[in-house]
Amino acid sequence: MTPPRKKKMNLKQRYALMTRGLDWETSYQKMDDVFPYDTFEGIKITDWSKWEDPFRLTMDAYWKYQGEKERKLYAVLDSFAQNNGQLGISDARYVNAIKLFLTGVTPLEYQAHRHFSHLGRHIRGVGPRVAAQMQSLDELRHAQTQIHTISHYNKFFDGFSEFPHMHDRVWYLSVPKSFFDDACSAGPFEFFTAISFAFEYVLTNLLFVPFMSGAAYNGDLATVTFGFSAQSDEARHMTLGIEVIKFMLEQHPDNLPIVQKWVDKWFWRGHKVLGLVAMMMDYMLPKRVMSWKEAWEIYFTEAGGALFEDLSRYGLRVPKYADIATEEAEHISHQNWAIFYQYTQAAGFHTWIPGDDELDWLSEKYPNTFDKYYRPRFEMWREMEAKGERFYNNALPQLCQTCQIPMGYTEPGDPTKIGFRSSIYKDERYHFCSQGCKDIFDDEPEKFSQAWLPVHQIFQGNCGGADLSDVLKWYHMDQGIDNMDYTGSPDQKQWDAWQAARKKVAG
Amino acid sequence: MKLTATGVPVFTVERLTSGIKRQIPLEEKAAMSIDIKTMNVEPKRQTFAHVARRLGSDTTASRYEEGVYDLQATTHFHYRPIWGPEYWTFDEGRTAIKMKDWYVFKDPRQFYYGTYTVTRANMHQTTDRNFAFEEKRNMLANIDEEWREMIVKYLIPLRHYEWGANMNACAVSDAGYGAALTSAMIFTTGDRLGIAQILSRIGIALSEGDGELLDQAKQEWMEADAWQGVRKAIEDSLVVKDWFEILLAQFLVMDGMVYPLVYNHFDTEGQKHGAAALSILCEFMVDWSAEHNRWVDAVVKAAVKESDENRALLSDWYGKWRNIMREALQPQAAMVLGDGGEAVLNEVCEQLDARASKLGLTL
Repeated sequence: MTPPRKKKMNLKQRYALMTRGLDWETSYQKMDDVFPYDTFEGIKITDWSKWEDPFRLTMDAYWKYQGEKERKLYAVLDSFAQNNGQLGISDARYVNAIKLFLTGVTPLEYQAHRHFSHLGRHIRGVGPRVAAQMQSLDELRHAQTQIHTISHYNKFFDGFSEFPHMHDRVWYLSVPKSFFDDACSAGPFEFFTAISFAFEYVLTNLLFVPFMSGAAYNGDLATVTFGFSAQSDEARHMTLGIEVIKFMLEQHPDNLPIVQKWVDKWFWRGHKVLGLVAMMMDYMLPKRVMSWKEAWEIYFTEAGGALFEDLSRYGLRVPKYADIATEEAEHISHQNWAIFYQYTQAAGFHTWIPGDDELDWLSEKYPNTFDKYYRPRFEMWREMEAKGERFYNNALPQLCQTCQIPMGYTEPGDPTKIGFRSSIYKDERYHFCSQGCKDIFDDEPEKFSQAWLPVHQIFQGNCGGADLSDVLKWYHMDQGIDNMDYTGSPDQKQWDAWQAARKKVAG
Repeated sequence: MKLTATGVPVFTVERLTSGIKRQIPLEEKAAMSIDIKTMNVEPKRQTFAHVARRLGSDTTASRYEEGVYDLQATTHFHYRPIWGPEYWTFDEGRTAIKMKDWYVFKDPRQFYYGTYTVTRANMHQTTDRNFAFEEKRNMLANIDEEWREMIVKYLIPLRHYEWGANMNACAVSDAGYGAALTSAMIFTTGDRLGIAQILSRIGIALSEGDGELLDQAKQEWMEADAWQGVRKAIEDSLVVKDWFEILLAQFLVMDGMVYPLVYNHFDTEGQKHGAAALSILCEFMVDWSAEHNRWVDAVVKAAVKESDENRALLSDWYGKWRNIMREALQPQAAMVLGDGGEAVLNEVCEQLDARASKLGLTL
């Protein structure tokens, strides 16, 4: 028998047969009924086949690479648990950063899984549809591996145990939750722009990297291993984000103003959510990686600047209010920590006044603002604490209708004046922390007027009762255990006991 | 290390001081008289509170339980989706099936992402080996010429059927309720893409390295009479709004007929025409289907058990899709099996009916 004639295909041709070749033009049902959601936003796609697959991963390769990473990750997690790795962290105050992560970010990973499934089913082009399906799998991975990583901390520390319950209810967690709800309730192209581009591409280095570097600097081997393991997934997600933007802009000139509006909106939404990360970086890491301001300069001003220069050939410009966000990088972490310090009685993690060396670090990192505006306030609070008059803010704060953060931010150019905007929609007045948030509302008032604002809901009696203790109970937060200052907390007592026992063993 | 006959090490389970169960090889246990001094740190709790509530007490939970239970947000959504304001993003109303607790749909395979990917990677390693084995011995060349043509008619077009199933799984992962269901369904989404790609590889191998036969097979799918019933059924399922109906139609009914018909009966017929190599290349699908059916059966059974209303609705859907598929597959069976097709199709349907009755459906 003569050996068969073997024809050769290159990777691109082969991948095209393995994915795009699967699809067909339906004839028993209209394509518009099979894909009902991908036209109403006004984005015009003239030729789906022009989509460049950013990575050509067949399912078998996906299983192989991902399975291998999972084996390695879980080996480390098992070892971390067996060896009580939590004893090796820099200080138990650090654990509060991962409390914020599990309650605030992990449920979003699950939401991302769901909405990438939405896109993985409903986007007409096969290329982006397959990419979205893989990202849905990845996002589920991140939710589950984060839970499994942090599961061990939950056994020893408070504040983790009720994370899904808290995510749906607690006042500050409505900030990340409403951010993601906003994206998921938008059309598929806006979701791509919001999550794949603005979040995963432009801002990911300001979310993922600070948490994971923070873990590395503070001896949290479990979380940093998760971080390394997720890195190649994130790289794929970023590649998808930039491909989506380029594809939309290349397909039709009418897409530009729509995309620009979304980029403006989601940059501002992202900037406000990331204020929580800013606070984590500057205040919650006992061993600090870099200041928020430094991170902003490197990852947004420089890297983002280069990116938007590159995208300018499509007519896309730097997001609106980028200059204001950059100015706010001098303030946002201090203002946020001050909010949580004042409302520690209703927070699901512990707070504290930075020690002298930490205040000095902040002075050094923020020479323009910290000594002038923020250090005196923290020092005053510290003195009050010493006199037994620890300051609690017992009035519920007004929330911004858009970003849902208490209205504690200051005016651009005047850090002594609280920023304040409002709009009237259907005879009701709505309040905003900034011009950026007001613009977003004004563009979609019907959407944003629906927001479930935690403070309004407490006043309306929908959150367990009128007293703080009722609300805490409704949050599933244990008074004196999950909330309040680190000093005097069960977390602290346990950590100190461990340290004492180790000293004894060391002899 | 002591091994069982299947090569699996013998383990015992011990609870560590951290409260975590750890599997220890028996031999290691025997040698565990060395007393390593460690600090004894006592855990405050064994698992998350929501998991403990489901387990009935604060006890060690599995990774499946921690990775799935209550992960989906259930309340206080902020904005109605502008693409469909009649429901919240996650909304029980997206199906007419009613459940008190959506986490009774536990996966008997206990798949979370880690166990899922590792299991599939292992399965596919065997598939890769089978392809290499086939290629080395040029086994596809042993298939009779007319049967090769038959394969292009009956098997390769199934890659489009798989792509439809991929979309349906993804639809349930999108619109379904509760992380137990949506996580299992995104795994199935990946599975069906993977199977479509194995079928594509078979087509490329038969084509001696290019996509010519895939194009032919696509033409079969689009135009051949034998396929139009199935293609119509798939396209009709793609516009079904109730995600539980999609789940039942695709994974119980359509798969419940297509898989035994194709990978059992058609394959057996192929043996007579020198197509033994094809059976090896389709092993993944046979193994996958047996495993996936465990999940399908568990889900349908739990939904039926919940209430008579659920049972009635699911039974209606079952009857509707069963009849559609029975008719759709008739020309397929006749094409591949000739006069014997009718009897085989009856047998396949009887078996599926028996399975459905066992799950509590009324036929």
